[in-house]
Amino acid sequence: MAENQNTVCFRTMHLDARVRHTLESYRSVGGYRQWERILREKPDPDQLINEVKTSALRGRGGAGFPTGLKWSFMPRSKPDQKYIVCNSDEGEPGTCKDRDIMRYNPHQLIEGMAIAGYCIGATIGYNYIRGEFYEPIARFDEALEEAYAAGLLGKELLGSSIDFDLYTHLGAGAYICGEETALLESLEGKKGQPRFKPPFPAQAGLYGKPTTINNTESLASVPVILEKGGQWFLEQGRPNNGGPKLFSVTGHVARPDNFEIPLGTPFRDLLEMAGGVSGGRALKAVIPGGSSVPVVPGDVMLTTDMDYDSITKAGSMLGSGAVIVIAEGTCMVKVLANLAHFYAHESCGQCTPCREGTGWLARVLDRMLAGQGRTQDLDLLDNVAGRIGGRTICALGDAAAMPVQSFLKHYRFEFEYLVEHGRPLVEAA
Amino acid sequence: MSDDKITLEIDGRLCTAVPGEMIIAVADREGIAIPRFCYHEKLSIAANCRMCLVEAEQGGRPFPKPVPACATPVNDGMKVLTRSKKALDAQRGTMEFLLINHPLDCPICDQGGECELQDVSMGYGEDVSRFSERKRVVKDEDLGPLIATEMTRCIHCTRCVRFGAEIAGLRELGATGRGEDMRIGTFVERTVAHELSGNIIDLCPVGALTSKPYRFTARAWELTSEESIAPHDSVGSNLRLHIRGSQVMRVHPRDNEAVNECWISDRDRFSYEGLSSPERLTEPLLKRNGQWQTVDWQEALHAALEALQAPGPDQLGCLISPTATLEEQYLLQRLVRTLGSDHIDTRLRQQDFRGDAADPTFPWLGLPIAELEQQQGVLLIGSDLRQEQPLLAHRLRMAALDGATIALLNPYALALNHASLQLVAAPPALASELRALSQVLGKPVQGATVEISDRHRQIATALQAAGKAGQGLVLLGALAEADPDYSLIRALAAALAETAECRLGFLAAAANSIGSRLAGSLPHRLPGGAAPKRPGLDAQAMLTDPRQGYLLWGLEPDRDFADPSLAMAALRSAKQVVACSHFKSAALDEVADVLLPISAFAETAGTFVNAEGRWQRFQGAVAPAGDARPGWKVLRVLGTMLEFDGFGQNNAREVHDEVAHACSGLAPDNRLSDARALTAITERSAPSAGALTRIGNLPIYASDALVRHAPALQRTPLAESLAVYLHPQQAADLGLTEGDQVRLIQGAGSHSGSGSVGDNAAAKEARAPVVLDDRIALGCTRIPAGVDGSEALGPIIGPVRIEKIGA
Ligand SMILES: Cc1cc2nc3c(=O)[nH]c(=O)nc-3n(C[C@H](O)[C@H](O)[C@H](O)COP(=O)(O)O)c2cc1C
Ligand code: SF4
Ligand code: SF4
Ligand code: FES
Repeated sequence: MAENQNTVCFRTMHLDARVRHTLESYRSVGGYRQWERILREKPDPDQLINEVKTSALRGRGGAGFPTGLKWSFMPRSKPDQKYIVCNSDEGEPGTCKDRDIMRYNPHQLIEGMAIAGYCIGATIGYNYIRGEFYEPIARFDEALEEAYAAGLLGKELLGSSIDFDLYTHLGAGAYICGEETALLESLEGKKGQPRFKPPFPAQAGLYGKPTTINNTESLASVPVILEKGGQWFLEQGRPNNGGPKLFSVTGHVARPDNFEIPLGTPFRDLLEMAGGVSGGRALKAVIPGGSSVPVVPGDVMLTTDMDYDSITKAGSMLGSGAVIVIAEGTCMVKVLANLAHFYAHESCGQCTPCREGTGWLARVLDRMLAGQGRTQDLDLLDNVAGRIGGRTICALGDAAAMPVQSFLKHYRFEFEYLVEHGRPLVEAA
Repeated sequence: MSDDKITLEIDGRLCTAVPGEMIIAVADREGIAIPRFCYHEKLSIAANCRMCLVEAEQGGRPFPKPVPACATPVNDGMKVLTRSKKALDAQRGTMEFLLINHPLDCPICDQGGECELQDVSMGYGEDVSRFSERKRVVKDEDLGPLIATEMTRCIHCTRCVRFGAEIAGLRELGATGRGEDMRIGTFVERTVAHELSGNIIDLCPVGALTSKPYRFTARAWELTSEESIAPHDSVGSNLRLHIRGSQVMRVHPRDNEAVNECWISDRDRFSYEGLSSPERLTEPLLKRNGQWQTVDWQEALHAALEALQAPGPDQLGCLISPTATLEEQYLLQRLVRTLGSDHIDTRLRQQDFRGDAADPTFPWLGLPIAELEQQQGVLLIGSDLRQEQPLLAHRLRMAALDGATIALLNPYALALNHASLQLVAAPPALASELRALSQVLGKPVQGATVEISDRHRQIATALQAAGKAGQGLVLLGALAEADPDYSLIRALAAALAETAECRLGFLAAAANSIGSRLAGSLPHRLPGGAAPKRPGLDAQAMLTDPRQGYLLWGLEPDRDFADPSLAMAALRSAKQVVACSHFKSAALDEVADVLLPISAFAETAGTFVNAEGRWQRFQGAVAPAGDARPGWKVLRVLGTMLEFDGFGQNNAREVHDEVAHACSGLAPDNRLSDARALTAITERSAPSAGALTRIGNLPIYASDALVRHAPALQRTPLAESLAVYLHPQQAADLGLTEGDQVRLIQGAGSHSGSGSVGDNAAAKEARAPVVLDDRIALGCTRIPAGVDGSEALGPIIGPVRIEKIGA
């Protein structure tokens, strides 16, 4: 298995930890060769986009939208300024993979953004980085400086007519700014709240200009796809689920970490890589794609593979690849209350169901945990969540609703017990 | 056009639409009601309230989720269900969310009975709340004297926020905080200061933003409503007056896309407060041996007739507020002319009448108001437009946002809410600036010019390009009209417009300035616009060459004239002054002999002709204050008592019809007869050494007697008081700094062209503080007119000397 690990975004991981993030290290693994080739040969962007399409790279930010297809929506022939924006806001609870790409392999992200810019006709890129990421920000900025100094970024690169400028922009601690249109608002200096779509960013994005937004991992995968070919990348994973992917395994595991492994790897193997459930406890449940996706009972997970389609079949979503492991002995009402507070706190507040509903959910759960639950509360929770999901401007509403519905579905008895007895079925160990 | 029409089905009804239209717009047109809170026709789409969710399908494939009707464009063959089980469930869901944190204080809420939330909740709300947690409470904002807040009631629809950003052009309100903690507020506590701010009261679907003057005075269901027309500018905004008993309780806009759309200015909204001012003149008064006595109407009318006849025809002058109704103006001129005098005028703030002979018969804006938005290049000459005509300024802002070049030539730069090119020059130089613009276009006009700058080139070429496209406009405003060289400025503007192939337009200052042209209440105009055999004296001449008797109508003599000191002196020297007025004032007390109370705005039927030449009739909505009587009735009685012909009308309508008949076939037209010859008029000389030119602009809330008596408007930041605005450099030259108290001296005769005031040539003096303002042209000082203290001053545009007090 080990030879299958760290083949794309983490391909500098084996180098000396003190210097693996430098330009020199990156070049030693073949870095910037694709970008330099493009600058020299100026290939047809469509040809490159097709390579990305072949790779079946799906957006690593959460929605899993095919990256090549997204790029092909850009109106390249329009004379307008176009932008490529990298989403490094990484706010999804459980997710910490983009952080490590910037810490250990920032140049690959730069190269990926430059190539993406070329493909979509953007000469300006922004990397929107979560503000709390002090070390990754510093690493990325250092890498930018190196790349500019090496003539890999800037104007008329390598004597070509190609320009590409790249800037860092820091977020200010709002989860909602990870939503792509809220990110654009924030980047424009406005209050970070999602825009109603349509228009989509490819039509009217940053400053109203055509814009593509991709996740850090999606963009950092691109140089390797071009180097080894889309077909190679596809074959690393499964049909429609190309490539390896980073999984952030957290929760009740012995060795929480990020793992870059082929899509389709059995969950069982991933759990083992993370040292198994901590304290030798049994597996109770897994939230397999970041806090916003439905929870899956442990026994189901143990027979599921880690790729988009398999996880969907198991009743959840691969999302951002954050795998939250929950051991036996955990009160699921408390877990849900914790999540509910997160969404109530992070709702931007502009649309009614999410603004009013997320707080309502959290309060009802608090009341239940305080021993004042009522029998009707279970249906109320389910119904309120149902009135949020699918009716909001952005997917945060769905993200807040889905855990509620899935927790009630799989662990209803814990909620019932709590209402009936005024205390949780599972008391903290 | 029919090619790009599509058809769709809403609730089973076939509808046609233009591709790209939103479902809600099509439904509205079809009369299919979809509940909404955030959507507003005139604002951008926010799609945040989620009240308008409907079910839709396209090509047999249902959309997976309910879609917001306000933000979902229609397509050919689309099917929309607004009241299906799914749609109703979504709408009920939203309603429930909106109500959980909304206070149920409807019984004490001013919006109660006319609240969109209340209305919609009747249809979509549940009787019993499932919400048993604590409700949100929000701290209130102080938005100033016009708008009351109760922010706990806010449903975060952001209409008020979008209004600020998109219509007002001033982001005064915004959303802060996230989630449940999202708040609508002013960011930093600040009073809302914008001439259109009151519109957010109408926009707010709940009782979060309400009218402060109206607050708690009435319940919506106690009110009756009457239509009316706004009296403060020449837009003629369509109004709905809400009335209880005989009192106007509040004023709302009435939609008229061609005129005011769905907006009104704060001036039009809140001036009604002046109607119940304690200063109202409510009974006829006679001055006997220097003492005022209340008399009955009969006695007062007899006294008035005596006073009007005593001086003899040539010694009678009639000065009328240009806000008087068409009917009043028409009967006034008839009365005065039958008495033998042509000395009648409404152009109280004009100083230069040299161009009267070339006057167009029916001057106007030059185009319909709504077309202002389509102009590509506009030059405004002498106009502080946001103060003068707030809604026309809004129309031009829309044009600017659409890419039009809006250029201005003024004695001071304006603070605008859109991009503009501004030329700033002291009054004697305005003409030279205009010549420079003509010169850029290769058609020099004789006379002095200034050095041509890039800005002149930019403006002139933009006008020319716009003119070529048929969308260019040159407009003359109130500051131009008040200029001692108005006739020259007007001629040069006309010449420039002609060269640039632009239209020429007039921003008529008052509600019925244009009406005067049609009613014949001018010395050189008869009803229908014909010229009398010999013109009478104009407003200025009647004062510089004082008459023995005056008839004043609806004006305050110390505030409404171009030169209040001159006016007061002339009136003081007169033997007989009959004043028909809405208000009492010390000035009228001093100069009048007979005071007749006449009904004000909302109290009389009448007609205003607006800037675009639109005749708008209105009915009296409330009884006149006290013993006041409708003006046209007073005039009819006077005419009848004198046994004059033509005073037998039974109602205002008949008076209107007579004017309309006289005007039949008359169309608006701004052509000046012999414009070129007028350009040869020479400028009046610049002020002598040591003097500056005073720019006496009329601040928005000093425009007429009614506004001046409206207390809430007077408390807003836009209400100016007397001050001396000077460019810092100018102030430095004079040894003055901010806050210095200065003495202002506007001496008669110090202006070469203003004629002599005979015995009353004493210098006029006032005191005011210095305010530094780098928008003022060097060589001038802005000293507002119409405000307290300004009555002691001379010409609104004319020389002034400034002396530091204590120096
Ligand atoms: C509430 C919310 C938060 C999100 N946060 C992130 C984030 O932190 N990082 C990210 O890449 N995508 C995030 N997304 C997804 C983005 O909107 C967007 O789909 C993604 O950046 C697209 O990139 P990809 O196609 O490469 O995945 C978030 C979405 C939602 C609704
Ligand atoms: S769903 Fe929530 S986070 Fe998204 S736009 Fe609406 S209120 Fe904001
Ligand atoms: S104050 Fe009124 S208009 Fe403004 S957001 Fe709240 S509810 Fe909407
Ligand atoms: S009216 Fe459509 S979402 Fe508010």
